[in-house]
Amino acid sequence: MLLDGKRLLITGVLDPRSIAFSVAKVAQEQGAEVVLTGFGRGMKLTKRSAGRLTPTPDVRELDATKDEDIAAVAADLADRWGAIDGILHAIGFAPASCLGGGFLDAPWEDVSTALHVSTYSYVALGRGFADLLAAADNPAIVGLDFDAQVAWPGYDWMGVAKAGLESANRYLARDLGPHGVRVNLVAAGPLNTMAARSIDGFSGFEGVWDDRAPLGWDLSDPTPVAKTVCSLLSDWTPGITGEIIHVDGGVHAIGAGMPAEAADSD
Amino acid sequence: MSQDVLNTITEILTEEFGVPADDISADATFEKLGLDSLDVVELTLVLEEKTGVKLEDEELEDVRTLQDAVNKIAEKQG
Ligand SMILES: NC(=O)c1ccc[n+]([C@@H]2O[C@H](COP(=O)([O-])OP(=O)(O)OC[C@H]3O[C@@H](n4cnc5c(N)ncnc54)[C@H](O)[C@@H]3O)[C@@H](O)[C@H]2O)c1
Repeated sequence: MLLDGKRLLITGVLDPRSIAFSVAKVAQEQGAEVVLTGFGRGMKLTKRSAGRLTPTPDVRELDATKDEDIAAVAADLADRWGAIDGILHAIGFAPASCLGGGFLDAPWEDVSTALHVSTYSYVALGRGFADLLAAADNPAIVGLDFDAQVAWPGYDWMGVAKAGLESANRYLARDLGPHGVRVNLVAAGPLNTMAARSIDGFSGFEGVWDDRAPLGWDLSDPTPVAKTVCSLLSDWTPGITGEIIHVDGGVHAIGAGMPAEAADSD
Repeated sequence: MSQDVLNTITEILTEEFGVPADDISADATFEKLGLDSLDVVELTLVLEEKTGVKLEDEELEDVRTLQDAVNKIAEKQG
C-alpha cells in the first residue's frame, strides 16, 4: 500500500466534508497510522467525525496560532512515535470583513488574523515539527491552497493569505530541504466545505469550473485532492519540493470557457 | 413516525448537547435552544447515525425549528 507504516499528523478535520477528512480516510486505506488535530469550539465535532474513520484516530487539540499547542502535540508525538512521516496543513480562516466584498475596508486587525491562521501557521507547524520530521525517512509536509495567481470574486483577503502561503511554501521548502523534508501545496478546485460556505459569493465559482475544467469538477467530491495529497506524502514523489500541484480539473491551464457547441460535440 | 423522530431528536439534544428537556418543544428553534452552526452540523451527524437519513446543506437552509427538521427527516424516510 502507498502509505504502509507512515505516521501522519492531519490537521483541519472539522466535519466529514472537510478536505482533511478525505485525506485521513484515503491515508488509512493506504496503510497509514493517523492522528488528527482539532481546534477550539470545533473539537467536539472533530471527535464525532473521527468516529467515522476506521480505526478511530486520536484527536489532539491544536490551535495553529499557539506555539505552546504545537509544542505540546510535538512532545506527545515524540513519545508516541519518535518521528513523523507526514503532516497535512488544512487550516484556513478569515474574519467576515475579509471575505465576500469590502476588500478595501477590511481593518488590519482582521486581516492579520487571516494571515496568522492561514499563512503564518504553515511555517509555525513546519518549525514546530521539524525535528520529528527530520527523524523520519522521506518525510513530507503538504498544505492546501486555492490558486492565488489571480483575483477571485469574494475571496478577497483569503486570496492574499493564499498568495502568502504559496510563497511561504517555497521558503519552508528551502529551509527544511536540507533536513530531507519535502514541502508542497495542493491547489484544490472549489469544494463544498464549512470553510467554503462561509465565503459569500462562493457559488459564483461553480460556473467557472463548469465552463473551464477539461476534466470536469465535482464540488462535493474531495477524493481527487485527497489522493494527490496522499501521493505527495508517499515515497513516490521524491525530488519534488516547493511545488504547487493543481488538482482542479485543469482550470488553471485554461484561459476561457469552452464554447457550448465545442463542449457538447462528441 | 414523526413522533418517533421528535423523540429521537429530544433524546439527542438532552443527552449529547445538554439542552434541558423542559426547553424542548416542536416549535423551538435551534437558535433558541442555544445551538450554533457547529452544533447543528453535529446534530445532523448524530441524526444520520440514528435514523439513517442524511440532511444536505440545501435542505437545512429552511430548517429553523425542531418540527422543520422532523418533517424533513420524515419526508426522506418516505
Ligand atoms: N473548500 C475549498 O473550496 C478549498 C479550496 C482550496 C483550498 N482550500 C483549503 O483547504 C483547507 C481546509 O479547508 P476545508 O475547505 O476542508 O474547510 P473546513 O472548514 O472543513 O476546514 C478548515 C479547518 O481550519 C481549521 N482551523 C481554523 N482556524 C484554526 C486554528 N487557529 N488552528 C487550527 N485549525 C484551525 C478548522 O478547525 C477547520 O478544521 C483550508 O486551508 C482551505 O483554505 C479549500
